[in-house]
Amino acid sequence: MLVAAGSGHTAGPLGMADIFTALYFRILKHDPKSPEWEDRDRLFLSNGHICPVRYATMAHAGYFPVEECLTLRKFGSRLQGHPERERLPGIETTSGPLGSGLSQAAGYAYAARMPARPNGRSGGDKKKFRIYCAMSDGEHDAGNTWEAAMFAAKNRLSNLTGIIDRNNIQIDGYTEDIMPLEPLRDKYEAFGWHVLEVDGHNIPQFIAMCSEAEAIQEKPTVIIAHTIPGKGIKEIENDFRWHGSPPGKGPTDVIPAEEQGKVFLDELRTLGGKITSEHQ
Amino acid sequence: MINPDAKLAENIFDTPEMEPTRNGFGRGLVEAAEKDERIIALCADLTESTRMEEFAKKFPERYVEVGVAEQNLAALASGCANYGKIPFITSYATFSPGRNNEQIRTTIAINNLPVKIVGSHAGVSVGPDGATHQALEDMALMRVLPRMTVLYPCDAEEAQKATIASVGVNGPVYIRLAREKSPLCTTRDTPFEVGKAIEFWRGKNPQVAIFATGPLVYNALLAARELEKEGVGVVVANVHTVKPLDEEVLVSLARECGAVVTVEEHQIAGGFGSATAELLARERPTPIEFIGVHDQFGQSGKPEELIEHYGMGVSYIVAATKKVVARTHQK
Repeated sequence: MLVAAGSGHTAGPLGMADIFTALYFRILKHDPKSPEWEDRDRLFLSNGHICPVRYATMAHAGYFPVEECLTLRKFGSRLQGHPERERLPGIETTSGPLGSGLSQAAGYAYAARMPARPNGRSGGDKKKFRIYCAMSDGEHDAGNTWEAAMFAAKNRLSNLTGIIDRNNIQIDGYTEDIMPLEPLRDKYEAFGWHVLEVDGHNIPQFIAMCSEAEAIQEKPTVIIAHTIPGKGIKEIENDFRWHGSPPGKGPTDVIPAEEQGKVFLDELRTLGGKITSEHQ
Repeated sequence: MINPDAKLAENIFDTPEMEPTRNGFGRGLVEAAEKDERIIALCADLTESTRMEEFAKKFPERYVEVGVAEQNLAALASGCANYGKIPFITSYATFSPGRNNEQIRTTIAINNLPVKIVGSHAGVSVGPDGATHQALEDMALMRVLPRMTVLYPCDAEEAQKATIASVGVNGPVYIRLAREKSPLCTTRDTPFEVGKAIEFWRGKNPQVAIFATGPLVYNALLAARELEKEGVGVVVANVHTVKPLDEEVLVSLARECGAVVTVEEHQIAGGFGSATAELLARERPTPIEFIGVHDQFGQSGKPEELIEHYGMGVSYIVAATKKVVARTHQK
């Protein structure tokens, strides 16, 4: 997708592939044939720039033909460079500008609990669905994220699960060099959240964490998912320079630009050479 | 003379009743909420002064206190609207839509969600609080956003109608309010429809169309009365909807009168005057004089002295009208 688009973000989507697979194929209650199904779980993607992984997972889940993935970032495509709710069914909100996704998810979670009728008792619509909000670690530099964290805790939004892609990189470098986030767990706990931590590439463990989050009734839960940016391609893994570059336009000190697309795809498809039948 | 069809208040030039437009909003919000359960209200720690208090008392379960967090205010409301609510969000206009402009753009406007953004304390008439609290750019910020409707009521009565009418607009709306009391020009019977300018005054053989928006509509009426005594006929139109402009009425009045004065308590750049100029340049090039703030910030002072200092008092409207007449006749 990124090679065909010629622009976009590489590291984040690769690092979140396991989590999106778990979300769309195990955790979320959803129906690809009926994206507006009222009782679906809502997945807000706050860091919209990793949308390629969401698009790819949605395509494989049956929301639209897989071939459409190659229209990413192209004129007229439903797959905008940053996702837009108005263009693609199943995208819960327009996002990209960082720091405001958790607010939107919290607003949604709050509204879902509001009484349907005036002077009704709390508990409101009693909607059974859950609201998930995937965020980057870098967007925790933004005050808006913490405004939302305070609001969600104040209102005990236990129908909300935050998922942080803790990959330690952002555009300008490593998060702890740019604006240190640690101790991130302590910060969320101090803000009144239940905090879970998980290896973001351990799918069963992540699924178990999401179940645990559902069982926490008194506060919102955030899952800090430790991921490897660029997971699956050893030349990209953990290198912040790949945050915003597509294959073909990334750093050339390891692999020449013109070979990046082919080499990386091969590496992904063969799981680093382990699946010999997938060699092109 | 005053257009009888506008059903304006009878005592308008003698002892007009005074009330801030924010009061009308407060009443309108309660009235709208009584009819529509989807309406909720969010406020950023300014419940009393943005007149959301009555709503909060009456519908505590539909009222959301957000704290001093305007970015959160906008994006939370986006989430609530996404769920199916019709949220009204209030703060001072310098903070919302000032501080949270990007959240309004991305999470409300691009998302195409029916959040009603209510910016109070707009204009220099905020008075003693000074420049930081006197929003002069908010209409410009809002009117350039696709899908956004911009309403600027001329008095408390109209603010009440505008608030109720905004619920019927299927999309985001910005409502601009003032802190200070201003004369009640209109009555319950004055027509109000989003997007429709109303003629408030029509003199004999009008040579200038005065397009006014917000509480300064009253100053425009005072100017019209004075001009008539001096033998200069004008039309005054109350343009409460700054976006979308009533193109038909504005162009037709510009054509009829041949000259225009715009009146607003806002920066000239990007505001209502700019919007009018953009329209007329395209449809009917007409000489225009602009009453408003000319690329300056406000300062502390009494509302009326600030209105004078920044060139928006009645005498300035009179002078601008005569000037545009002279310019038109030179041609």
